[in-house]
Amino acid sequence: MHPYQYIPATNITEAVSLLARYGSRARVMAGGTDLLVQLRGERYELDAVVDAKAIPELMELTLSTDGALSIGAAVPCYQVYEDEAIVAAFPGIIDAASLIGGIQVQSRASLGGNLCNATPSADGICPLIVYSGVVTLTGVGGTRTMPVEEFTTGPGRNALGYGEMLIKIDLPKPAVHFGAAYQRFIPRNEMDIAVAGVASAVTLDASGQKIESARVALAAVGPTPIFATKASGFLAGQPASEETFAKAGEIASTEATPISDMRGTVEQRHHLVGVLTRRTLAQAVQRARGNS
Amino acid sequence: MTQTPEQSVRKVSVQCTLNGQPTEFLAAPYVSLLETLRETLGLTGTKEGCNDGNCGACTVNVDGRIVDSCLMLAAEAEGKTIETIEGVAPAGGLHPLQQAFLEEAALQCGICTPGFLVSAKALLEREPGADEQRIRLWLAGNLCRCTGYDKIIRAVEKARDQMK
Amino acid sequence: MTTTEKPQEFKVVGTRPIRHDGIDKVLGRAIYGSDVRLAGMIYGAVLRSPYAHAKITKIDTSKAEAMPGVFAVMSGKDMPLVASGALDLGETVDDTAFTSDRVMAHDKVVFKGHPVAAVAAIDQNTGLEALKLIEVEYEVLKPVISLEDAMAPGAVVIHEGLIGDDLGEKVKNTNVAVHNRSEFGDPDAAFAKSATVLERTFIISRAHQGYIEPHASTAFWAPDGKITVWTTTQAPFGVRKTISALLNQPLSDIKVIPTEIGGGFGGKIPVYLEPLAAVLSKKAGRPVKITMDRRAVFEASGPGPGGTIKVKMGVDHKGKITAATADIRYGAGAYPGASINPATAGIFACYEVPNVRIDSYDVVINMSKTAAYRAPGTPQATFASETLVGELCEIIGMSPMDFHLLNVSREGTRRPDGPVFPRIGNEACLEAIQGSEHFKSALEPSTERKLRGRGMASGYWNGIGNKSSVTINVHEDGLVSLIEGNPDIGGTRTTIAMQAAEILGLPAEDVHPAVGDTDSIGYSDLTAGSRTTYATGTAAIEAANMVIDEMKKRVAMIWETEYENIEHVDGLFVSNVAPDHKFTFKEAAGKLGQTGGPVAMTGTVNVRGSGGGSFGTHLVDVEVDPDTGKVEILRYTAAQDAGKAVHPSYVEGQFQGGAVQGIGWALNEEYYTSDDGAMINATFLDYRMPTSLDVPMIETIIVEVANTNHPFGVRGIGETSIVPPAPAVANALADAIGVRLYQTPMNPGRILEALATKKTGK
Repeated sequence: MHPYQYIPATNITEAVSLLARYGSRARVMAGGTDLLVQLRGERYELDAVVDAKAIPELMELTLSTDGALSIGAAVPCYQVYEDEAIVAAFPGIIDAASLIGGIQVQSRASLGGNLCNATPSADGICPLIVYSGVVTLTGVGGTRTMPVEEFTTGPGRNALGYGEMLIKIDLPKPAVHFGAAYQRFIPRNEMDIAVAGVASAVTLDASGQKIESARVALAAVGPTPIFATKASGFLAGQPASEETFAKAGEIASTEATPISDMRGTVEQRHHLVGVLTRRTLAQAVQRARGNS
Repeated sequence: MTQTPEQSVRKVSVQCTLNGQPTEFLAAPYVSLLETLRETLGLTGTKEGCNDGNCGACTVNVDGRIVDSCLMLAAEAEGKTIETIEGVAPAGGLHPLQQAFLEEAALQCGICTPGFLVSAKALLEREPGADEQRIRLWLAGNLCRCTGYDKIIRAVEKARDQMK
Repeated sequence: MTTTEKPQEFKVVGTRPIRHDGIDKVLGRAIYGSDVRLAGMIYGAVLRSPYAHAKITKIDTSKAEAMPGVFAVMSGKDMPLVASGALDLGETVDDTAFTSDRVMAHDKVVFKGHPVAAVAAIDQNTGLEALKLIEVEYEVLKPVISLEDAMAPGAVVIHEGLIGDDLGEKVKNTNVAVHNRSEFGDPDAAFAKSATVLERTFIISRAHQGYIEPHASTAFWAPDGKITVWTTTQAPFGVRKTISALLNQPLSDIKVIPTEIGGGFGGKIPVYLEPLAAVLSKKAGRPVKITMDRRAVFEASGPGPGGTIKVKMGVDHKGKITAATADIRYGAGAYPGASINPATAGIFACYEVPNVRIDSYDVVINMSKTAAYRAPGTPQATFASETLVGELCEIIGMSPMDFHLLNVSREGTRRPDGPVFPRIGNEACLEAIQGSEHFKSALEPSTERKLRGRGMASGYWNGIGNKSSVTINVHEDGLVSLIEGNPDIGGTRTTIAMQAAEILGLPAEDVHPAVGDTDSIGYSDLTAGSRTTYATGTAAIEAANMVIDEMKKRVAMIWETEYENIEHVDGLFVSNVAPDHKFTFKEAAGKLGQTGGPVAMTGTVNVRGSGGGSFGTHLVDVEVDPDTGKVEILRYTAAQDAGKAVHPSYVEGQFQGGAVQGIGWALNEEYYTSDDGAMINATFLDYRMPTSLDVPMIETIIVEVANTNHPFGVRGIGETSIVPPAPAVANALADAIGVRLYQTPMNPGRILEALATKKTGK
């Protein structure tokens, strides 16, 4: 493995200028749970690793009084799921944060890192999509934002530009009758990469019987996490019933473009998308009703 | 003597608290905490099973959280409080978990045992009442191939009951 | 719960003392293979072939040799040329030339991961960087991966010089190293007259032992020619013999010091790194340590073979077996030696089979050479036979338990490959399960979304006896040290010490066991074959008896009487002619100096056979999610015959560990292999072994049908427990989902497919 420097940055400006200087020969490290493995596996070579965990903005986790959630890019998963208020307000995020890799990994791995790593099977990305997450990126050219669903551009590729880094992910306050859930299918009970994963979010009407709007996102069934716009569109205006969930599952399944690999076949993945869409919609609706 | 390629990337000096003692060491910036514990500090109780965060044999406690030390750079230990298996027992004695592991025959080859002890200790300190399912979930990141986990879980439950 | 057949009063055997090496292991102080630290030690790294089958046309190590921080480089040319010949490793016999080729390629690579060169450098990363400077040119050949490809007429031949043995006939230009046949009676005629005949073909996945500790060896080749090796191994004397043969060095110039071992299951019997570390050490003049990374462990060490097994069984109207045949084909990997003979012994061992024919094939393919994996060859074969039995029972409407009992093999039954069983515990295990809480409890009924099923299976492993040495030294304070030659994988130091303690009349704590090296203890065969507690225990008993005998002589001297008048009863030396004369062991020990000197005795044994082996029966309840194919193990009970459980906790531990390995093989473990012969899932992430969240508590029933071949009735039990789980799970799944799977692993994808075919009937 090519030797690299370890540089702990203490502020964003310093980190950005390091990234600009090193270009593709440096990366930001949060938990390191993907980065260090990839470096050892020589997927790429670096001259420097920039540790982001000393940058205050990247370590902030704030549930504001108005109900919006801001997750710093390097905040480890355990901090998210040990915050009772966040658990109550954003259970769909907690579903993912408590699934990634096991307790040891969750002590360090971050949702921001999971997002930037951009594997199609990432557990953390689909929940962020259905919660309408927005990323803040800062680079040499300044700061910009974009919706999470636009951030991953291919397997292991994201929208970060030259010298640019992820600062935080902002989730707006969920609507009153909002509920979301994430489930994935794995062959064991822990420690596996998702064969397929689905995040579903619904906003119900005041009666709790009708879906006003919904967002469904699919993991591990395409080159990037897929924002299932057809299934999401279908759900708007539908009764919150098993029949609706099943139909949405069928539609979502058609939006999946999985491959067959050692973790699952095309057929299995299409099938699982249907199953998991039904299940997460049912769970999201239950959570939405509980919020009323 | 000409420098090895590694020597052009100089070692960094790290200060931390290790098993209760202030500790200072040099480490190449790209080596893991696991490698440094074992090779530089002579603390071979923490084991390498896979070097990619999938077996938990390298589990250590950093600032109260269990981590896979293979997925942490030694350089990141700066300013941290680290406990390895060598720090689990009180001086001259055994931690209730260690005693329970012995009594319940919760080890066969013993290679996974340090990782399990560090993980289980962290659990019982945070959740003194953890039940079997919670224990199993918490320990799912520690692989054992010899015991089938049964006696490990029983040992953790025994220690839990004794520590209350 | 145990069932005792031959009650014998024991004071130590059957108790649960804390194991003697336990403190070091829970403190993290025990030294395993890669924990070895020596002055001046440098680090080795191995360059491995990226191709499964290729000629090495050029290899240039000069740039690596010139790199700063590199002390030595080696390749095939640095290994002596050795001739083909038998390399007897105690339980198996390998070939010397093949073994040399396997540890370091010469002009051809025959599996991905095949070592082609190695370096020793100042630190691990320097070594890895140096490997990049070694230039190797390959002429890539077509890899032979599947059994079909390997056995097809006109197949690409992996070893041109290999002479196959086809039922005694020599065959050239073949990948089929061995074709054996075991037969008795006339199965074809018997099938023709049977009421029901069923035949099925099963595919078993290649599976790795999954020990958590990778291979690690350190060697120092001293200027006087003495080679010292510290290595994690199950077979220190086998390692010594192999190094001697491969490096052409005198056996007695080689000392092998076994470190603690982090799991083996058979996979740490072969030599991988030791010869390379030794050669590098000679060149560098330093001790060299090499460890395998996890990828290399999966790709380049010795998993258990996968293969294809066709089984056929016939029964009469009552369900009595009339005949059984099997065709067993294993992918041995790049060199011959898949465990087809134990498979043949085990496949129908649980039954009385009056007419039988078992064909078995040891087939060479371009993957790493397989090694022993716990009851080698038998879990695969039994998956086939016991799953077939499960289906047969469904067809004839007989409960599996009744079928097993009706056809049970017992003392006097001829094992299908020839030997006649002595006293065995097959029936007792079946009855133990039949009487168990689990068996008597009702299975929770299935719901639409949770399909539940129950299944059982039996299994068998014979085990070996072989040679062991044990030395007992008596200390002046009445404690003893015990030295034995078997690396302690699962508590055997203690079970051996307990057997000595029983004879000596001492508590277990007063015997201090240690595992010696190849100089400090007499020859001992490997820790494997379910032999350690059994055969080395026998040696310990012999040594202890010799100690008592000698001490009686000394006591006689002190009491000025005849040796014949001294008895050792309830831990005391007493005199028949002077009732008030009593010495404790401690008192006698304190007087050895004045009666002729220290007492140190060595017992050596060559135990013939295992005394019949250990049978087991497992019962499992599963729950299947029909939407996803996910399987949960709801409840599991393992009953197995231990003869006499020396330390019941460690016996239970063997039952539980093997059961969970078997569950992993049944549900998720396989080598996912590319067409090029590369293992794609060579990490613990994707080679999915059970975690603590994947299994429930494993209930155990220790059955005790005393082994007539051991003074206390002890049987070797370490391997049998991996044999029943996969077919038990297969039978439970069939009960749950109404469809059978004939392939391992029975993972969620395959279960979904099976459920889909059930729906469509296709």
